[in-house]
Amino acid sequence: MSGLIKSSIARKVVMALSGLFLVIFLVLHVTINFASVIAPEFFNEASHFMGYNPLVQYLMQPILIIGVIVHFVMGFVLEIQNRNARGVGYVKYKGSANAPWVSRNMIYSGLVILAFLGLHFYDFWIHEMTYKYIQANPEDPTRYYAETVEKFAPFWRTIIYIVSFVLLSLHLWHGFSSSFQSMGVNNKYTPAIKTFTKLFAVVVPLAFAFIALYHHLNPITH
Amino acid sequence: MKLYLKIWRQKNASTKGQMVDYTLNGVESDMSFLEMLDILNEELISKGEEPVEFDHDCREGICGTCSLMINGRPHGPDSMITVCQLHMRSFNDGDEIVIEPWRAKAFPVIKDLIVDRTAFDRIQQAGGYISVNTSGRPVDANAIPIEKDMADKSFNAATCIGCGACVAACKNASAMLFTSAKVSQFALLPQGQVEAAERVENMVRQMDLEGFGNCTNTGACEIECPKGISLENIARMNREYLFASVKG
Repeated sequence: MSGLIKSSIARKVVMALSGLFLVIFLVLHVTINFASVIAPEFFNEASHFMGYNPLVQYLMQPILIIGVIVHFVMGFVLEIQNRNARGVGYVKYKGSANAPWVSRNMIYSGLVILAFLGLHFYDFWIHEMTYKYIQANPEDPTRYYAETVEKFAPFWRTIIYIVSFVLLSLHLWHGFSSSFQSMGVNNKYTPAIKTFTKLFAVVVPLAFAFIALYHHLNPITH
Repeated sequence: MKLYLKIWRQKNASTKGQMVDYTLNGVESDMSFLEMLDILNEELISKGEEPVEFDHDCREGICGTCSLMINGRPHGPDSMITVCQLHMRSFNDGDEIVIEPWRAKAFPVIKDLIVDRTAFDRIQQAGGYISVNTSGRPVDANAIPIEKDMADKSFNAATCIGCGACVAACKNASAMLFTSAKVSQFALLPQGQVEAAERVENMVRQMDLEGFGNCTNTGACEIECPKGISLENIARMNREYLFASVKG
């Protein structure tokens, strides 16, 4: 087992497992977010539940934050090791001849997503923590829909979110199916996994982008 | 045809190398790429200059000795061949051809275009063999029935010639395709399963010690491999390694 912890294969499995965990989280996230477009009352209820349920707050939320940290820290570790493994670079290197752009630039799509997470945490998580624990406001299960719509009033924020979702799509395009390969799954189901990956990588970020744009274009009028 | 060559020249492992430009006339399209380099070397020798050192041996694509990065691709622009099988008909008159050695920390340059690939030998020595008796006592290896599918997969993995194109192509200089082919060719056969767990652990440990990069599943190795070794082998090695590690 001690060899496992230090091995390159184990590092890849950590990347794959944390990535798949984040994919599952994305499904939950996009589902609840989509309710803000089609059923604002349900969105309020779901958001309130996520914000005040002790299991979500004190167990799921820390696990999610750890998942994100593990994924990007391991991503950086792998990137540094991989860059060192080449040593002297090629004068001419035709990477596009044998591998798609998305697979060769996971670090860049990942860095954009990480930067986006900074803004996203500031927008919603910091705001939520301030509301609940610093300002110590009472519970208000009806506030979430209006707060979310207001967030997308500025054009710049909507654009940053949409651009980040494009990069998320590129990251998922390679990362989702790649995680199965890292865990040793390459068999008759692989073509289906690859097709599902492409579908997922388009549909989920597109839904996120649609939600952001929808709220930007449909502000609440008082 | 007339060619403009840019070739990496490096005196030895401890000196810094550089790209040197050469113009070569009279190259025929039916010459092999290595013959073209032979002509260049004859010219250099006649001028009293040091010839370009490059690795070659069988010149029929089976030994895995030739190893050139040509215009940014291992073994040149054509697929499923080694440099010695590459012909000048794949190039045009007036082309610029950039020729470099494999680049990886684990493959240090010895001279010019020759790199030290003994890292592969050490990975092989760490477990790429079987020590069970297959000499016919008690059962001849040929008498053990093996599923056709398994035999084919094992044979396909065994076609790896250890040239190192996978490492050269990979943006991370990862040796996962080579190591996984060597793991797979034994893991798929009953004779190899006896030492399967120990083998995969030892070979992966050696691969990591040599300083190769981590696989990021770009698939570049599979595309550039002159023998068409599949990424399935990497998945198999990952699986074997995880089971072996968990079982202890």
